[in-house]
Amino acid sequence: MIRVQYFARLRELAGKGQETLDREQMTVQQLLDWAEETYPGFGKDDIQVAVNEEYALPEDVIQSGDECAFIPPVSGG
Amino acid sequence: MKPFEVVEAPIEAQVYSDYVLHAGAGAVTVFTGHVREWTHGVRTVYLAYEAYVPMAEKKLAEIGAEMEAKWPGVKVAIAHRIGELHISDIAVVIAVSSPHRKAAYEANEYAIERIKEVVPIWKKEIWEDGEEWLGAQKKYPDKGVDSV
Repeated sequence: MIRVQYFARLRELAGKGQETLDREQMTVQQLLDWAEETYPGFGKDDIQVAVNEEYALPEDVIQSGDECAFIPPVSGG
Repeated sequence: MKPFEVVEAPIEAQVYSDYVLHAGAGAVTVFTGHVREWTHGVRTVYLAYEAYVPMAEKKLAEIGAEMEAKWPGVKVAIAHRIGELHISDIAVVIAVSSPHRKAAYEANEYAIERIKEVVPIWKKEIWEDGEEWLGAQKKYPDKGVDSV
């Protein structure tokens, strides 16, 4: 199981703050592709993925048990 | 308080200023970022901030470590508030002490620029007639486009 979290615009688009995917492993790019298919308008090209609270690269592999978060462009301050 | 934290209660800047002050400090700079009513002619009613809290606090601490590496001798505390913030509320406080003035100023500005690049915090502007998540059109520096 891979846990994913949504924030800001993406939380509103998905209609939820988090969910789990029944996968053993997938790449960050596969996760982004899945999100774009599941939630049209996701905008995967402008979104980073954090795996276990660290920014990950598209080719990085996510394992079951990892906690992922979609990070749309930040706007703190 | 923690030296690098995301909070929901109103920010008291003095707490963070006091935290960084010590006998070796000759200068303390305290930056507070506030909710502004007017932006490009549009009136904000309030802002709603949201964060990925554990990662945001971790990134704030990393920024502090970057500052200590770049400006030896500085001591840093940063807090960002989330939830509903109204006009003039403090959204962020950055307190930096240093043996000398120049580093305290420089390091403080560095911190706010880095916060806007890497800390997972988002701001939604609520106007009288609508709302929008800011940053939606922005991309990340590592993709070759300026941040906020």
